[in-house]
Amino acid sequence: MTERVPLLRLERLTKSFALRRTVGERIGRSQVEPARAVDDVSFTLHHGEILGLAGESGSGKTTLARCIIRLVEPDSGTIELDGIDVRAARGAQLRELRRRMQMVFQDPYSSLNPRMTVGAALHEAGRVHHRPGSENGEQFVREALERVHLGAAVAKRRPRELSGGQRQRVAVARALAVGPEVLIADEAVSALDVSVQAQLLNLFLDLRDELGVAILFVAHQLAVIAEVADRVAVMNHGRLVEIGDAGDVLANPQDDYTKALLAAHPRPRLSGAASS
Amino acid sequence: MSVAPEPVLSIEGLRVEFDMPFGRLVALRGASLSIRPGEIVGLVGETGSGKTLVCRSVMRLIPQRGRIADGRILFDGRDVLAMRPRELRDFRAHDVGMVFQDPFSTLNPVLRIGKQVEETLRVNFGLKKSEAQTRAVELLRDVGIPNPERRALSYPHEFSGGMRQRVMIALATASQPRLLLADEPTTALDVTTQAQILDLLVRLSEEGGMAVVLVSHDFGVIAQVCDRVAVMYGGHIVETGTIEEIHDGAEHPYTRGLLDSIPRLESAGRPTRLPVIPGVPPDPADEVSGCVFRPRCRYAQPACETVSMVLEPVSPGHETACPVRPFAVADSALTARAGARL
Repeated sequence: MTERVPLLRLERLTKSFALRRTVGERIGRSQVEPARAVDDVSFTLHHGEILGLAGESGSGKTTLARCIIRLVEPDSGTIELDGIDVRAARGAQLRELRRRMQMVFQDPYSSLNPRMTVGAALHEAGRVHHRPGSENGEQFVREALERVHLGAAVAKRRPRELSGGQRQRVAVARALAVGPEVLIADEAVSALDVSVQAQLLNLFLDLRDELGVAILFVAHQLAVIAEVADRVAVMNHGRLVEIGDAGDVLANPQDDYTKALLAAHPRPRLSGAASS
Repeated sequence: MSVAPEPVLSIEGLRVEFDMPFGRLVALRGASLSIRPGEIVGLVGETGSGKTLVCRSVMRLIPQRGRIADGRILFDGRDVLAMRPRELRDFRAHDVGMVFQDPFSTLNPVLRIGKQVEETLRVNFGLKKSEAQTRAVELLRDVGIPNPERRALSYPHEFSGGMRQRVMIALATASQPRLLLADEPTTALDVTTQAQILDLLVRLSEEGGMAVVLVSHDFGVIAQVCDRVAVMYGGHIVETGTIEEIHDGAEHPYTRGLLDSIPRLESAGRPTRLPVIPGVPPDPADEVSGCVFRPRCRYAQPACETVSMVLEPVSPGHETACPVRPFAVADSALTARAGARL
């Protein structure tokens, strides 16, 4: 394989959170080792690639995702988008970087303004970032909704009038409205029913194929990652314990933690399911 | 398999309605299910299909504005819906246990874990304080809490999600009930913790001969521990059968659609589009004539508008509410084999 220039590059990224000391520790003036939520993480993400990020709750997946767009300020390490140092960016440059890297959260209900119609929310995202076509609100919104396979009628509705799956599509549409190159989906399908989840997973594959957007797909369910990811990274206690092609990592894991995660994955007991 | 014993629980044609200011919602449209002693039955379905309401109806814990409009619930031959308050209290205390999805909101945050277990034992069994303390520690040990003497002194916030769910199971099984209703007990947990909780449920069921209804939206979880599955859709149970029958020879188009849309680990490395069920689930405000799945069903026929959604046997123990049976021909060999095995 030829060496390609990565779109997003993380090198030795670290983020720790100071822990509150107990009374005894405060009296004794002893220091507490901070919790390392992200510990020496390096990886790359290429154009049009879907990288699945797996791990249990508390493994640092979300902190890592937030560090990349600097919703959480990392302590040390490098983040580069297209060769631009994300950590050094300020003001307009940071805003532009955040336009190019958009995030979709687990709960679309709390990330959409309940008092704004879907159309207004989508149009606002385009206007704020001066997207071409955003002068013509109606058409801009229609195209944004089309991208996520929603009808134009949805534009007039408010988030509470939509189903969970539709709401998450709107959240994706808003992220895409500003023309990002990287989409960070943090447990974006975890709260959905399987049949709706399948529709959303298909949507992510469509978006990658049609728009060439790179996706960092964070999920705790390995099977969900298996359905969309080209490569998989596994996190445990803030460290990246394994990364590689999805087929290799999930079919032939090398790390003990990955093996344990796979072993715990629910499987039908199809031989002798009857209790007798 | 020996002669089927009398079911410990049987639900017939359960209909639950909610009278809302804007009109009537029908959450359960006529659900029927029976559970034999010691059996682990999975109740699988999507949001709004009525899984939780089935459990709550058995406990007679229907939320406000809701009422059981029709149907029967028999526990050990006793009519649950006709029970008087005193009898109902006794039934809830001794005969059934329930574990809810969210162990955070069901434990009292300002009481020590041990105290909460003791309270249950003292109120429901009239145990003395010292007896209750000893028994509480035993129960905590039983559900796999390490160092139970010490942990009994902890508060709920000091426990992890999995540990809290263990406490809930200890509380629900304190009376050694004949039936445990577990409503999404592992949904909020990590996979490794989930596997431990499922093992615990299986162990308790095997040791005590307790029947379990395991509610989940995750077929993987159900398939891992259950003997039998009941698939719910739009307030109906649309198909029941053993895990194998459902997994390999589902007769209802909804069951097939649901199974097909489950993400699989085996897809790793070659991401492909998953088959999806077109359309959306029925609105509980709409009265649907005939089959509730008809608007989304690709095998629907004109006659589907008038069918009553009654479970009809496919083979002994395998029942479906679909009269069309679009897969019957292709799978006849398999069904015959399943029939021969029983």
